[in-house]
Amino acid sequence: MKKEILFELKSPYRDSFKIYGYRFGEGEHTVAIVGAIRGDEIQQQFICSQLVKNLIDLEKNNLILPNHQILVIPSVNPFSMNIHKRFWAMDNTDINRMFPGYDKGETTQRIAAALFEQVKGYQYGIQFPSFYIRGEFIPHIRILDTGHQDTESAKCFGLPYIMLRKPSSFDTTLLNYNWQIWETQAYSIYSSATEQIDKDSAKLAWVATLRFFAKKGIIQYSGHSGFISSVIDEESMANVVSENGGFFYPKVTVGQDVRKGDLLAKILDPYDGSVLSELTAPVSGVVFFAHKQPIVSQNTMLYRVL
Amino acid sequence: MLKTVVSVALPVGEHLKIRKNVIQGNHTGKRLCVVTGTHGDELEGQFVCYELARRLNEGLEHLHGSVEIYPALNPLGIDSIERGFPGFDLDMNRIFPGVQNGHLAENTAYEIVQDLLNADMVLDIHSSNIFLKEVMQVRVSDITAETLVPYAKLLNTDFIWIHDAATVLESTLAHSLNINGTKTLVVEMGIGMRITREYGERLVQGIFNLMQSMEMWSGENDSNIANSEELNKTLSNKTRNSSEPTIANSILSTNGEVHFMNADASGIIIPSALHSSFVVEGERLCQIVDPFEGKVLQDILSPVDGFLFTLRTYPIVYEGSLIARIYEEKK
Repeated sequence: MKKEILFELKSPYRDSFKIYGYRFGEGEHTVAIVGAIRGDEIQQQFICSQLVKNLIDLEKNNLILPNHQILVIPSVNPFSMNIHKRFWAMDNTDINRMFPGYDKGETTQRIAAALFEQVKGYQYGIQFPSFYIRGEFIPHIRILDTGHQDTESAKCFGLPYIMLRKPSSFDTTLLNYNWQIWETQAYSIYSSATEQIDKDSAKLAWVATLRFFAKKGIIQYSGHSGFISSVIDEESMANVVSENGGFFYPKVTVGQDVRKGDLLAKILDPYDGSVLSELTAPVSGVVFFAHKQPIVSQNTMLYRVL
Repeated sequence: MLKTVVSVALPVGEHLKIRKNVIQGNHTGKRLCVVTGTHGDELEGQFVCYELARRLNEGLEHLHGSVEIYPALNPLGIDSIERGFPGFDLDMNRIFPGVQNGHLAENTAYEIVQDLLNADMVLDIHSSNIFLKEVMQVRVSDITAETLVPYAKLLNTDFIWIHDAATVLESTLAHSLNINGTKTLVVEMGIGMRITREYGERLVQGIFNLMQSMEMWSGENDSNIANSEELNKTLSNKTRNSSEPTIANSILSTNGEVHFMNADASGIIIPSALHSSFVVEGERLCQIVDPFEGKVLQDILSPVDGFLFTLRTYPIVYEGSLIARIYEEKK
C-alpha cells in the first residue's frame, strides 16, 4: 500500500486541505473508490476506512492478483467534516456537483478537477455517496442510466437491488455521471446511514465491494456469495408524500414488506397530538426508502415502496 | 391584489407561502411577471419590486394588462438569511421545472413554473452572492439570444452577457420557462445581502421601457437614466444599441471577450481597482496578502484593457476563488 497526497490546497489560516489516496497493487488501473465528498458522509468514510484495512491485509497475504491497481480515497472533504458542515464551508458549494471540474475555476471546481484527474481512466469507479433527499434506504447499487452503464457487472456486488436512475440535468455534474461519460463503469453504493455509523449496513457495503473484486478477478477472497440482484427502475417505485405538516409517526421501517392499504405512518398535530392523516401503502411491496426525521412538512417524500 | 401561488404546511403551525401582487391596469393587455428572491441572500430585487409597485399604483390608468410581482420565490431563505431552500440540498435555481409529485422543494418549483407559464414576459432578478459585486447586466443563453436580446436592450443595463447553454443550466427557472415558450430575461446586478439604489432605479426605468415596447404602458417614461458615467467615457460607441435618452447603451458580450481572474493563493484581498471602472493592461486590481508575515502572495493585474464588471469584495479567498471578470472590447 502506498499512501499519497493526491491534492493539497493552502487555506488562509487553518491547516492545509489534503486529499489522501491509498494505492494497492500494480499495473492496470482497475478500480478507483471514492468515499466522503460531503462533510457529513461519516458512514461513507467509515466504509472506505474498513476497505483500506481489508485491502492492507489482502495485500500483505499476496491476495491482490497481478496487474490490478486499486485506489481508495476515503475523504475528499476533511475540511467540512472537521467543522460539521455538509458542503464546502466557504461558499456552501457541493464538490460532488462540480465534476468534471475545472482546474482554473473556483475552489471546489479545482478540487473536483484534481480528484477527477486521479480517478478517471479506471475500469471501474465505486462511490459511497448520500442522496439529496435525506432518509434511510435499503442498501443498494445505484447507476445513472446514461446509456453507457454496465448493469450486469453491478450484479457482482451481490446486493439485493440495483437501481437505475434517469439523470436529470442537475445530475450531469456528479462524479458518477462523469465517470460514465469518460468510459469508467460507475457504481454508487448506498448504505442505510450518512451522519451516523450503522455498522451492519457499513459492513454489507464493504463486503459487497470485496465480493465485486473477487468476482472480477481482482482479489482472492472467499465470502458469502451474496444475493441475486434485481434491477429496478427508480420511476417504477410508488411514492408516499405527506399531506400535512406535523410529527411523523412511522409504523413501518425500511426493508419491511407491506400490502396495499397497510398503514405506513401517521402525521400528528404538533400542538394537540391528534391524528391529522394516516398514510397507507399505495401498492404491495417492500419499503425501499423511509423519511427519518421526527417532523415533516407537507409534500415531504416519506416512503418509496418497491 | 395579493394572491397565494404556493401554500405548504410546515411541521409546526406555519405555512410556506409564495405570494404575488397582481397589479391590474385599467385597460386590457399583456401579462408581465417580475420574480426575485430565489436565492435568499440576493436582495437587490426587493427595491425593484417595491419601486415598481409604487409607481404602477400611482398610474393604473396608464397600465394596459397586468404586472405580477413575486418578491420572494424562496421566502424561508430570505427570512432566515440563507441562500438555499432551508433543509434541502440542491440550489433552488437548479431544480426547475420541478416535479409535480416530488419533494417539497421540487413540488414548489413545479407550482412556480405552472403559475408563470403563459406570461408574455418574465423578468428574473438576481444579485450575485455575498462575495462578488456585479455590474447591472442581463444574462442570456446563446440559444435564446436572438429572441431575447432585443428585449434585454430595453432594460437599462450596462452589459448583456450572452453565455453558452451548459447542460446544468437547463434546470434554471429561466431556461425552463424559455423552452416552454415563455420569454424570460435574467438580470444580475449588485451584490448579495445589500441593496444598490442606483441599480434598482435604473432597472425599474428599464422595466417601464420594456412595458412600453410591449404596449403595456402609455404613461410618461422620461427619467433619463443611462449608463454609468465611467462606462460612457471609456468604451467606444460601436457596441451601443440606442441613442434614446431613457435607454442605456448596453454592451453586448458578443462584441468582445470576457476574461476571468481567479486567485492563485489563499489569503486576504486588499482591493485596488474600483468596480465598474475601465482598467488597462497591467493595472493592479487587488493584492492577496499574508497578514502574519506582511507578504504579498499575489498581485492580481488586469490581463487586458477592459471594463471591470465583476469584482470580489469579500476579503477571504482560497486558491481558485473568483476575483474579477473583465470585458475586453474587440479592437
